[in-house]
Formats: sequence, C-alpha cells, structure tokens
Amino acid sequence: MEWETVIGLEVHAQLSTNSKIFSGASTAFGAEPNTQACAIDLGFPGVLPVLNAEVVNMAIKLGLGIHAEIAKRSVFARKNYFYPDLPKGYQISQFELPVVGKGYLDILLEDGTSKRIGITRAHLEEDAGKSLHEDFHGMSGIDLNRAGTPLLEIVSEPDMRSAKEAIAYLKTLHSLVRYLGICDGNMQEGSFRCDANVSVRRKGETKLGTRTELKNINSFRFVERAINYEVERQIALIEEGGKVKQETLLFDPAKNETRTMRSKEEANDYRYFPDPDLLPLLITEEQIEKVRSHLPELPQQKHQRFMEQYGLSAYDATVLVSSQAMADYFETAVVASGGQAKLTANWVAGELSAALNKSDMDIIDSPVSAAELGKLVLRIADDTISGKIAKTVFECLWNKEGDVDQIIDKQGLKQVTDSSAIEALIEKILEANPQQVADYRSGKDKLFGFFVGQAMKESGGKLNPKQLNDLLKEKLASGA
Amino acid sequence: MFTKSIAELSQALQTKKISSHELTQMYLERIKQFDKKLNSFITVTEEHALQAAKKADVQLAIGNANILTGIPVAQKDIFCTQGVKTSCGSKMLDNFISPYDATVIKRFNAAGMVMLGKTNMDEFAMGSSNENSYYGPVKNPWNLEYVPGGSSGGSAAAVAANLAPAATGTDTGGSIRQPAAFCGISGIKPTYGRVSRYGMIAFASSLDQGGLFAKSAEDLALLLNVIAGFDENDSTSATIAAPYYATTLNNSLKGLRIGLPKEFFNEALDKDIANAIQAAVKVYEKLGATIHEISLPRTSLSIPAYYVIAPAECSSNLARFDGVRYGHRCDAPKDLEDLYKRSRSEGFGKEVTRRIMIGTYALSAGYFDAYYLKAQKIRRLVAQDFHEAFKSVDVILGPTTPSPAFKLGEKTSDPLSMYLSDIYTIAVNLAGLPGMSIPAGFTAGLPIGMQLIGNAFGEAKLLNIAHGYQKETDWHTKTPEGF
Amino acid sequence: MSLTAGDVKKIAHLARLNLVESDVTLYTEQLSTILNFVEHMNQEDTENIEPFFNPLDLGARLRPDMVTEHDQRAAFQAIAPQVEAGLYLVPQVIEGEE
Repeated sequence: MEWETVIGLEVHAQLSTNSKIFSGASTAFGAEPNTQACAIDLGFPGVLPVLNAEVVNMAIKLGLGIHAEIAKRSVFARKNYFYPDLPKGYQISQFELPVVGKGYLDILLEDGTSKRIGITRAHLEEDAGKSLHEDFHGMSGIDLNRAGTPLLEIVSEPDMRSAKEAIAYLKTLHSLVRYLGICDGNMQEGSFRCDANVSVRRKGETKLGTRTELKNINSFRFVERAINYEVERQIALIEEGGKVKQETLLFDPAKNETRTMRSKEEANDYRYFPDPDLLPLLITEEQIEKVRSHLPELPQQKHQRFMEQYGLSAYDATVLVSSQAMADYFETAVVASGGQAKLTANWVAGELSAALNKSDMDIIDSPVSAAELGKLVLRIADDTISGKIAKTVFECLWNKEGDVDQIIDKQGLKQVTDSSAIEALIEKILEANPQQVADYRSGKDKLFGFFVGQAMKESGGKLNPKQLNDLLKEKLASGA
Repeated sequence: MFTKSIAELSQALQTKKISSHELTQMYLERIKQFDKKLNSFITVTEEHALQAAKKADVQLAIGNANILTGIPVAQKDIFCTQGVKTSCGSKMLDNFISPYDATVIKRFNAAGMVMLGKTNMDEFAMGSSNENSYYGPVKNPWNLEYVPGGSSGGSAAAVAANLAPAATGTDTGGSIRQPAAFCGISGIKPTYGRVSRYGMIAFASSLDQGGLFAKSAEDLALLLNVIAGFDENDSTSATIAAPYYATTLNNSLKGLRIGLPKEFFNEALDKDIANAIQAAVKVYEKLGATIHEISLPRTSLSIPAYYVIAPAECSSNLARFDGVRYGHRCDAPKDLEDLYKRSRSEGFGKEVTRRIMIGTYALSAGYFDAYYLKAQKIRRLVAQDFHEAFKSVDVILGPTTPSPAFKLGEKTSDPLSMYLSDIYTIAVNLAGLPGMSIPAGFTAGLPIGMQLIGNAFGEAKLLNIAHGYQKETDWHTKTPEGF
Repeated sequence: MSLTAGDVKKIAHLARLNLVESDVTLYTEQLSTILNFVEHMNQEDTENIEPFFNPLDLGARLRPDMVTEHDQRAAFQAIAPQVEAGLYLVPQVIEGEE
C-alpha cells in the first residue's frame, strides 16, 4: 500500500522588539525570574494593554516577505483558559481577523526543483510565561518574564508531503524572518518554535486523514525525527485496522517517540471574543508602502541574483543565502578573490561551513574573515598554491597563525612551477623505482598515479599538478 | 463647614480661613461619628489623609496651590491606590495592597487633593443596591432601612451624609447615576473614553467609566477637570482635549432643545417621580428651553443586551483572580484545579459568581452568536436610537430610576427584578454617552433623581444644563436629618 | 433556554468555580430565568447589523517600542500568596495540561 504524508506547520516566531507587545517591560532573554514582568504582564487588577508600534511594522514586514495580503483592519481577541503561566486567564491573540492573510513561500527541494507552500495566515499574539517543573516541595514555579513577549504565529497550508519538505519550509521561513530582522531565530531560546499537524492518506485519496498535532518541536533535527516517527506510527496503526485519533502529542527526543498531551474530547472551549481593552488595529496603504521601501533584499531575490550574477548552481545559491550573514560573507570574499565566484562559493559552502559546524559557530564569529578567505581563493586561482595546500593554509588561518601570504611564505608552501626542478624530481623518483617504471612501460597504465603520489610526497604537495602530469607523462614516454 | 460647596471650601482654604489639615480632620471626625450607621467606607486612610493635608497646606502657604489643593475626597474602592488596600468590595481582594496608583488617583494626587479613604461598593461593581459587598451593605442616609443604590453606594452615601465633599464612582450600567438619585446628590458618568480606566478594576471594559459624586453640578465641573483627559496607558482613552468645564456653566439655556423619551414615561414609572420630572421640565421651559417628545424604541432591549455583554466581559476580566499572584488563595490546594476552584469560589460572592457563569455561557461554543454577538448587534441599534434623537435635541431628560430607593433585602432573592431597575441608565452605557443624575424632589422622604443624557463628549453642555436647574431649585442643598 | 444541572456544572468548570449541590440547583433556576429574559433580544431582527464592540469608533493607538518598566519584583511579590526564589508557586503543573 502506498501512503502519502500531509503536513502543515504552525511556527511561533518571537519578534525581536525591545519591549513587550502590550507593556514597556523588557523582552531580553535570561533575566532573573519575574524581574521583567511588570504589572501589565502579571495581570494586576486594573491594568490595561497598549499595543507596541514596532510589532505592527514587523507583522507588515512578514506579510510583504510572504507576498500576503495585509489586513487594513485586524482585531485582537481574548482566548480564555486557565493556566498558571497565563496571568490574566486569557491570551490576547488574533482570531477571526488576523493582521496577515494568505501568502506563500517557495522552497527548494533536494532534486533542485522548487515548490510553493501556501501560508494560510499570520497573526500577532502575546507569549505566555514558563512553568518550571523542578521540585519546590511538590510544587511548580512560575516565571512570567516571557509573558507578553510578542509572537507572530505563522500558519501554513497542509502543503508539505514529507519531513524533508517540512524542514525545507522551516529553513526557508527561518531565513526569511532573520533577513527581515523581525526574529533572531534562536531555537534554543525558543524564539522560533514549531508545531506540526501530521496526517497520512492512501495515495490518490483527496480527503485529508485525521491529523495529530505535534507540539513544540524545537530544532530542525527533531522536526524531521518527530514527523517521521509520527507518520510511521499512523501508517502502522491504520494498517493494523486502527484509527488515528485527533489529539495533541508531545515529541520526546530522548526516547524518539510521541506521546499524548490531550485528546480532542478534552479540548478547551476558549470563548474567543474581541478584546474590549484594545480597539481594532488599522493599517494604511502608506504605512505598508513605507515598510516596503525599507525592506532588505530577501532570500529569494538574492538567490536569483546569485545564480545570475555569479553563475552559481541553485544548490550553492541556496546554501549561501540561508542567512544574511553568510550571503554578505560570500559577497565580500568574492571581491577579495578577484571575482572567483564559483571557487569562493565552494569554499564558503564547503570547508568554511564544515569548520563552523564542527565548532558550533555562527559565520559572524568565524575566525577566518571574508577578506582572508577571498585572498586564499585568489592564491589558488593564480597558481601560488594548490587546492590541496590551500586546506593547510585554511587550517592555519582558522588557528590565527597569520594572513594568507604570511602563512604561505613562512611555511614555504608556494607551489613549485620551475620545470627543471620538477624534472629533476621526476628523474630522481624514476631512478629509485626501476621495477615500477618497467611495469608502466610494459602497459600497466594505472601505475601513473603511483608516480604522481611519490612526487607529491617528496615535494610536500607543492608541485603544480598539471605541470607534474605533463612532465611525468613526457619522461615516462621518452624512456620507452 | 461640611455643608459648603467645593468652590466655597476652596475659597476658605485659599484665604486661610481654614487649613486643609483642619478640614481633613473635620471630615475624619464625621466619618468616625457617623459611618458606623452607614458603612460607607471600607478603609479610612487617616494617616495618609493628614499627611496629604499637611503637604497641601505647605503648597497653599507658598502660593503654589491650585483651586482644588487641600480639598478632601473619598475614592471608590475600585481604584487602585498604592500602599492602600484596594478590595473592590470583594473577599478576593481583602488582602490586596495595590502596588500602584490608578491614573485617576494620580491625577487627584497631582491636584493636591486629599484622599479620606476607600468607599464601600457592590463586589466588583456588580449590583444596584450595595448589598453585594463583602464588607456588608451601605445604608441610605435618608432612611437607614433603605439601600443607597449601587454599585457606588458607599461614595453616594458618604457625600449625601457630608462625610466627604466629593467622591469618585464608576458607572457600568448606572452605578453612579442610580446611587446619586437614591441618595439625593449629583453624579456624572462621563463619555466612554473621557476618564482613564487604567487602575480602575475592570468589570465590563467596554462599558465601565469612572466619574464623580458631589453636591452640585458646579462642584462636579471643577472636579471633572481633574480626572478627564487623555491617558497613554489606556488604549480606549479619548485624545480630544477636555474643555474647562466651569467656564460654560452659566451659559444661557434659551433655545435649548430637550428631548423626553416617551419610553421612559410609562406605567412602570413611580407617579411621584413622574410628577417631579414634569415639574423640572417646567423649570427648563421657564429658562427658555423647548420640549420635544422623542423615541428610544430599543430601551427595553437594552437590559437583555447589557446582561449578556457585561457578564461576558466580566467572566473574562475576573479570570485573573486565580490565587496565584495576589488576592485570596485557598488553604492547602491539592492540585491546580483545586487551587483555582476553591480560591475563586471562596473569594467571589453570589452575584459575581452568577454573572461569571452567565458570561461564560454566553461566550461558549455554540452560544456565542445567539447571545454575545446578538447583544452587540442590539447595542448598535440602541446607539443608533440615541444618534437619531440627537439630530433633533441637545439633551435627553428623564427619570434616573423608575422608583425611589428600595428597602434593604427587598430584591436580594430576585436578581432579575434588581436588573430591571436599571432600565433608564443602561442604554447610556451601551452607547457610551455621558449622563448625569441630579436631585429633583422627594417622595416619602426619599430623594428623586433626574437624568440628563448628552451627546458624546458633551459633558460641558450637561453640566451647564444641570447647573441652570440648580440655580432655580434647592433640592441639591438638602441634607438628610441626623447628619 | 432552560439549563440543566449538568449545563451549570459544565459552565462552573469552565469558569473554575466550585458549586455545592444546593448552589447548582439555585443557579440552574436563576440562570435559566435570566437567559429566558435575555432572549427577548430575539424580538429584534438584527440581520445585516454590524456588532458594536466599543463606543469609540477608532483604531488602536500604538506606543513606541521602548522599555519603560523597571524591576519591581520585590514589591509585586510582597503581596503574593506563595513565592520562592523569585517564582510564584502553584501545585505541580502537569506538562501539557490546560
């Protein structure tokens, strides 16, 4: 039986404002508990909310970034439920009339094709506080610093058909919100959180299957694992003659499984109604245009430009535009390399990214500057060093042992391009290995690699590979 | 001294005939002497008051005082006052010492006025008789067996008995105008958005409005300038500037077009009240006003709409009282649900519980459209009726209540009959308009209130119209015997 | 609309209120009476009438994105029922329970 997976994602992006959505308390992460929760955040009797202007600008930015309609009039509603991390007994959110309407994001699939994922809506709301479950004599501790932090909840259509597509969508959206400067994207601190709605159906079926909601899967890695686990669970369940229950599940990364949080029967009756303390949010065309005129180049535009301007593959361009910092790094390095775009792209996406990943570093903290990396590429291009030697130089750069030319000089890594010197070396190797020379000459072509290896070993890798090849062929042939 | 108007008290303070300290002391003495009978105060802030009075005296001495510096005032216990218990008439907040001041309180402090204490009220401002207070009912100073009205009953009784020259109130469905009528004093509920709601504990956010009680429209005009005006902490605060209300008090009423809504004058209206209102109309005619019959056809629908909207908003506004961060918390909760349920049930009285339940029901899945949305649509029709009326008249005049004050205990077992007594006041809140009640006579020793309803932000006009009447009559100068 | 005792219990739970049995009977009766009264609204045809959520016909006023509040935890927690290490304490929260 062939199955199809259907995935829709809800992303909560914390907006990177200075103050909270409805109060003047700071949103900085990591403060002592409850020191950044003011009377409004704590829901004291008599307090009232006033909307943060920057939050509105950020919502408009997102709307423009996903090609969506931005509502001229949207409404804040109260979502009523009791929970200790929700001080007022209701969350101020947008329900019927969200600020951002239908839009889309184009994602790049592994086969190089792109796919359009619909976005249903995005709405503004306030974050809740945190319950700390460490044991305080059998009690929980409540920290309300996060209460009132502005969130944009971005809801996709159920347009994704695999965990891989879900990851691609999430990465694209993650990159977009950081480009827009509206969210720092820090998943560990919970700035970018994801819930997934997952269902399966038989191929060809047009009706959606019963879905489950996977809550709070907060790393790209977990998203993939959680979805795959859930898909397998649902398929196995149906194939055994069972039925998927509509419920909310929590993914446990340690056990690599999902478990029930609550079933639909227990679903709350949230009693949404327009918040009488807040009048409707009105946005004018002029306001939207003003925001539009200040938008940075967005990943998709940059992707297009990188392919056209630098002749990069779609894959390389995708890697390089994944963050504004990476793209900026690349463009600075290309200039320093004297325009060696393709080679620079390989180095940024390859060696550098690998090294950063290994040290769990962000590109802005890279010990190798964009200018130095560009210089390194230039030295490969002008035949000062070989690509292989360049890796050694890169390592030295990473360890802060000097600049590119100093390292090449000091360690004598400069490529040998003097033909007579190369010839002398070749002769020496041929003399030392008469049997191999004889075998080669009697038809064992494969031994050519052996001579190259010996020469490189002898020279410390500094020979120009093309020159070596040519001269070696010549010598071996001439002796026959 | 205690029967003097605020303008007269101000004069006495400015000319050093009396100090604020002496004046404050005098009112504190009167509270001690008479409030055992009335129960109009929940908290008397004697120390605070005397300190504030001393400060005011310094300002007066160095000539840095304004017209209201040093004048005492009583605050309804719904306004948060820093460092002072703010109970809202509820056991839920019996232990709540507010960590901040409401905007209204800040403004009184900035004006140099002296807070005497916090007045009794129906719990969370829900009630029309002041019998729903955790601190016991307030008595009507005109007859101690009668209710003073509610929910601002403590403030109204205190001003009527001269325990304070003025007091604040809040009005969600008549909670200033009805007690003003029952206690024979003047009260104003300004336009929605005129007075900041920040720090005023919310009952129904789209209806609540802070206002004032005093002996006359003239006093109210002076006081309204203290609290009216824009507040950046309240998203529903109006940005239009408040005029100086005293300057237009004496404008001529010649040509004033007064509308009498025919729906206010039916068989449900007490005969004496009807006669008193007709007599008042004659006074206005004498002053040059013209009288027009108008219609507010949805008057009777305003009560059902109100009793959906107000409870719905209250059910949500009162969810924050959960025993976690402040207020009453039950003993030894065995789990989270127990904490919520017992803290809330122990903390809230019957009427509050009733309204939370009505509101919860009206908002719940499957009933939202039939109740809440329907009520908000009716509300538009009610507002449109007023809008139509104000095309042809400048002010709407009628009784404040269909009958005078009722006896304590008379309506407590029948919530609905209590709700129906708000018939003339509720529509004004639904439309967000300004309204006043001023004394217009007596029936069997109990005061009669006349209501004036103005167009949005027409407080100056209302005060002018009320003052015109008070210059011709002396109902507002009467003091209950024994006080 | 007549409510049943079951309805009243459900509403009380949604509102996190404890009702003793005698209260359930009382509220069932009183709430039914009030709801029947409220249904007088149905006399009026409100087809095509927009709801009137607030008397002020204005849009939301916005505040600049500035931090204006400072730490007042000590003052706020001085009136809290139970705190420890700067945290408000409540009976154990079971993750995911709402």
